[in-house]
Amino acid sequence: MSQFLLRTSILVLAMSFVGCSSGPTPQPQVTDYPEPVFSAKRLLPPDNADITAVYDPWQGMNRRIYIFNYHFDQMVFLPVVRGYETVVPGVARTGVHNFFNNFEDVSTMLNSILQLSPNKFFQSSGRVVVNSTVGLFGLLDVASKMEIPRPEEDFGQTLGYWGVAQGPYLVIPFLGPSNLRDGLGKIPDAYVQSALKDEVLSDPVNLGATILYPIDTRANTAFYYYQNGSAFEYEMVRWLFSTKREVDVIQ
Amino acid sequence: MTITKFTQVVFTACCAVLFTSLAVASVVNVENYGYPITDRFEATVIGTPTEFEANLPKRIPFKEKRITIFPDRVTPDVFFYDSELIYSVALQKHDAPLIFLIAGTGAAHNGSKNRNMAKAFYQAGFHVVSISSPTFNNFVTAASTTGVVGHAEKDAEDLYRVMEMIWAELKPDITATSFNLTGYSLGGFNAAFVSKLDEERKSFNFKNVLLINPPVSIYSSISLLDRMIQNIPGGVDNFDKFADDLIHGYTSVYKESTDAVGDDFLYKAYKAMGLKDEQLAALIGTSFRISSSSLVFTSDVMADYGYIKPKGLLLDRNSDLSVYKNVSVRLGFTDYYHEFFYPYYEADYPGQDRDDVIAAISLKSITDYLRSAKKITVMHNADDVILEPGQIDFFRDVFGDRATIYPHGGHCGNMNYRDNVVHMVAAFVDGGNQ
Repeated sequence: MSQFLLRTSILVLAMSFVGCSSGPTPQPQVTDYPEPVFSAKRLLPPDNADITAVYDPWQGMNRRIYIFNYHFDQMVFLPVVRGYETVVPGVARTGVHNFFNNFEDVSTMLNSILQLSPNKFFQSSGRVVVNSTVGLFGLLDVASKMEIPRPEEDFGQTLGYWGVAQGPYLVIPFLGPSNLRDGLGKIPDAYVQSALKDEVLSDPVNLGATILYPIDTRANTAFYYYQNGSAFEYEMVRWLFSTKREVDVIQ
Repeated sequence: MTITKFTQVVFTACCAVLFTSLAVASVVNVENYGYPITDRFEATVIGTPTEFEANLPKRIPFKEKRITIFPDRVTPDVFFYDSELIYSVALQKHDAPLIFLIAGTGAAHNGSKNRNMAKAFYQAGFHVVSISSPTFNNFVTAASTTGVVGHAEKDAEDLYRVMEMIWAELKPDITATSFNLTGYSLGGFNAAFVSKLDEERKSFNFKNVLLINPPVSIYSSISLLDRMIQNIPGGVDNFDKFADDLIHGYTSVYKESTDAVGDDFLYKAYKAMGLKDEQLAALIGTSFRISSSSLVFTSDVMADYGYIKPKGLLLDRNSDLSVYKNVSVRLGFTDYYHEFFYPYYEADYPGQDRDDVIAAISLKSITDYLRSAKKITVMHNADDVILEPGQIDFFRDVFGDRATIYPHGGHCGNMNYRDNVVHMVAAFVDGGNQ
């Protein structure tokens, strides 16, 4: 029932978004120019279905946010991460990363319940139990040493499990590529994370965690804007991200 | 279709056998050569298994730097992020010989092959300056004079200018006891022409130059690579489907799907997919096509030639590029040479036809120089997939004992194998030109 409600509310939200979105930038008309040596008309078969196409009705907005994210990454995120990596020794950074992973494992645990997946539930809860105790509040990843697999399930995947489609592609400020389903899915996940941290962490630690979390996430993401040698980065990332999420839901 | 495929497989097998036997005849350490992968496609894709890799430092002070090559150039808005050339350096704290590394087709200054070479040379006590291939987007946009790359002499001039400008930036802080140069694949080809240019310009007076797995003729090598696409089940029209399948397999194994655009894609896709032998050629072809399509589009925008983008149409940072992506992946690199490169440079070659001009983009055009330049050595593989049957003999003939031809390793597959790394460094430390 609640799934149904969620699905409906997402649908409504999606439609309202479509209504007020700006749409892609008005392009100069290609027909105003001489035809290139190899035009789409000449080269693409007429019934060509573009497998790499992704539903992106908010492209105009998305591209602007993508570029904003690039500038933010260059001017704020990466310099902060570089500072973090200079000041904080590697062992401590690994500890911090494990610490956050342990909290995320709790989210995986909850989402595994919602996805009726006992395997993933036992793996993630096993990890939380081991790492929170023997692993000193999650600072050490003992569970991985014990070869307990680390599934990653978020609320977006849970929605996918129950048949909610990805919806329009969405680039979220600061966070990067997503889609309507997964973007909205971040809200309950974030709520759980913050409620949990409020519960178990003392105020100063919680404050520290709030500051460190985005830094740790960026430090552990090996993606650098416009450095992969593709002139079609926006299109490539959109396709790769959507495929990745599609596969994540199936797995 | 089946017959064609069968012929190809047989042909490939024959070539492999032929290559191997040829190699046995002339390579010194054949019996002791321990690089484990004998299939040329597998070697090209997999590279060197970890346990056979050279023991290199995990971290070196490999730092990224940016430099403006053409201060007056207005970068097209669609490439607003590429106005400066990005390169990287690993510098010693004391006086040391300096080595320039040039990356292969479509590869960046910080791609995995250049990173590994940088580690080897840094460990051996060199200042290392790592430069992207002239075919890497960032180079085309920020450092190519015409934007229409793949021209032996013009690319060498662009590279030389970049090297001089980088050295001018570094000079106040370090002392270089000598200058050296190496590159793999197309980067090796570039290095030969840069070395020749240096004989006239004399900014560096390179002491030693090593060419690793260079093509003899660019056109013949890209023809081979273009043809590998035909190994895609269902042919070129299934390119998107094949690429999509690859990405599906890839993303099911790797956490960060965005890595798939980077240069470890081949290896990771292979690992993820458990591809069969005949699919490997398709995979190599696909990977090459993804980088060449991006390059061709970049060149078209920079030169405003009207190859796939209508001439005069100004794209900006918010433009939807999907249609150019879809068109360009359907075009071979050979199409670029026929329909863009040649018409663009035609006027420079009065009285020569298309085939002559394209065929001249070859090491053969500087055979006399290569024969006499004792500073240049070659490290190659008899079974390199970018060479046509018999082409390897060019290196034996021209370089004599300055060419070391390993019996197997495919295209650059053995570059990280321990013996090859030792060889690579030795070519500069106690190599030809004392």
